[in-house]
Amino acid sequence: MIISIASGKGGTGKTTVATNLAVSVDGPVQLLDCDVEEPNAHLFLRPSIQETKTVTTPIPEIDLEKCNQCKKCMEICRFRAIAVIGDTVLTFPELCHSCGGCMAVCPEGAIIETGRELGVLETGTVNGVSFVHGRLRVGEAMSPPLIRAVRDRTRAGGLTLIDAPPGTSCPVIAAMKDTDFVLLVTEPTPFGLHDLKLAVEAVKILKIPMGLVINRADMGDDRVRTYARSERIPILMEIPFDRQIAESYSRGEMFTLALPEWKARFRGLLEDIKTLVGKGAGTK
Amino acid sequence: MKELVILSGKGGTGKTSLTAAFATLAAGCLLCDADVDAADLHLLMQPDIRKRTDFQGGGMAVIDLQRCTGCGTCIDMCRWSAIGSDFVVDQIACEGCGVCVDFCPEQAVDFPVKTCGQWFVSDTRFGPMVHARLGIAEENSGKLVTLVRQQARQLAEEKGHDLILTDGPPGVGCPVIASVGGATSVVIVAEPTVSGIHDMARAIELCRHFNVPVMVCINKFDLNLDNSATIERMAHDGGLPVVGRVPFDPAFTRAMVQGKTLLEFDGNGPAGEQLRQVWANIMRTPAMTT
Repeated sequence: MIISIASGKGGTGKTTVATNLAVSVDGPVQLLDCDVEEPNAHLFLRPSIQETKTVTTPIPEIDLEKCNQCKKCMEICRFRAIAVIGDTVLTFPELCHSCGGCMAVCPEGAIIETGRELGVLETGTVNGVSFVHGRLRVGEAMSPPLIRAVRDRTRAGGLTLIDAPPGTSCPVIAAMKDTDFVLLVTEPTPFGLHDLKLAVEAVKILKIPMGLVINRADMGDDRVRTYARSERIPILMEIPFDRQIAESYSRGEMFTLALPEWKARFRGLLEDIKTLVGKGAGTK
Repeated sequence: MKELVILSGKGGTGKTSLTAAFATLAAGCLLCDADVDAADLHLLMQPDIRKRTDFQGGGMAVIDLQRCTGCGTCIDMCRWSAIGSDFVVDQIACEGCGVCVDFCPEQAVDFPVKTCGQWFVSDTRFGPMVHARLGIAEENSGKLVTLVRQQARQLAEEKGHDLILTDGPPGVGCPVIASVGGATSVVIVAEPTVSGIHDMARAIELCRHFNVPVMVCINKFDLNLDNSATIERMAHDGGLPVVGRVPFDPAFTRAMVQGKTLLEFDGNGPAGEQLRQVWANIMRTPAMTT
């Protein structure tokens, strides 16, 4: 089973929920940190890294000896990543989406593909948790291909938790798509509610069952709960605002270590999710 | 004209709350919300929308099953696995590269341009605001951020505003890159947590990559004084000004619930006082005075 943990708004507690859930459940579990722009789960889990691999995306390289400046590559590229000017061809690697159209269309076979570095992928383990994350190269704009590379490490048959990036656009979709359940983490504030609604719409488009964790549950107001009831999204856990939790987070500690009674609650959360996945709840 | 962009790397450190508070203090500025993906600034600004315009993204492949002979060329060539064996295109997976359009021997693939959001010009009680809404699950957020910032610039020039205050998105990817280029300076709102520090470092690296001056504002500084000291040391080592230390204050949330900026809600509390100081410090930095 694959559970993605998402939020819409940033800083609501996705990583807190993902890491504490990972260390609370019985049996083998895999955590994929797909927030490749700002990966944080490793700061809490502190896995020993066993493998570091550079992930690249294909970009064109032009052989000017073979090129006859026919401009077909420039015409096919919808991302303006190739320009033929006089007898030279300029490529703009940072604009390239790696569709391979230029290489396929070139009648002279003058284009081969090389790689642009997207970032690194690292894998490791800690206390029975198998860990994978991606770290986007600073300056690289495109995160979805790196997110897909992290997700390619999903182990079939086991429990996989995905820590998703914030927002509702392509990176989040890449992290949530084809997962069995989306656990949305929100805070009961106007910003939290507004972005939760966007995230819920995104999950509905993907037709995945979902449930809600309300973090800092005693701050703000009650509108998140009213909204969840009206949308029939089950509230599976509420974590209060507690200075002890906030301070342990600030030090990079998982709060279930300081407050072990929460481990049973996280195990209960997983059981609730399994039941909901079994019933196909939350999909419309 | 100057543009100050508020970033953080990590989400939820207080970008929007601080941007809104600065709007209260910056007389005659123009507001720009560059977080088009999960925009929240409007919840505190209650903008009166004067003009709304559709945002056209790229094209999306649609196969006409009447013309399609089922040869499978498009399936073989699509690098996004976006075309099913029934020749229906998964609109979420489609990258909009158009390779299937060009290579279909039957010319059975249409490529309609998709409206993937809207952008707005509004009035607020603090001045004009340019903001946008990207459609759910859409691409092209960087393009929309670039558009919103261009429109903000144009409007500021027309109306004679000499400062644009831009609320940026979290992360370091496409929409953040689109928010940084050409800005006068970036304020990074950092929280004293291990993740806040980690993400701040990446955001600073990004600004350096694009040669944009950076200053650091520590928010919720009293949550972890050791980590706040680490942030100050990192800023100092990098030659970056630290423009302030704002205390953790539940008044931020209470102000948000009422749709107000912190300074409108409780200007005399500890956070309010600090915010005025922070703003004065920002406007005295070399980046903002030269």
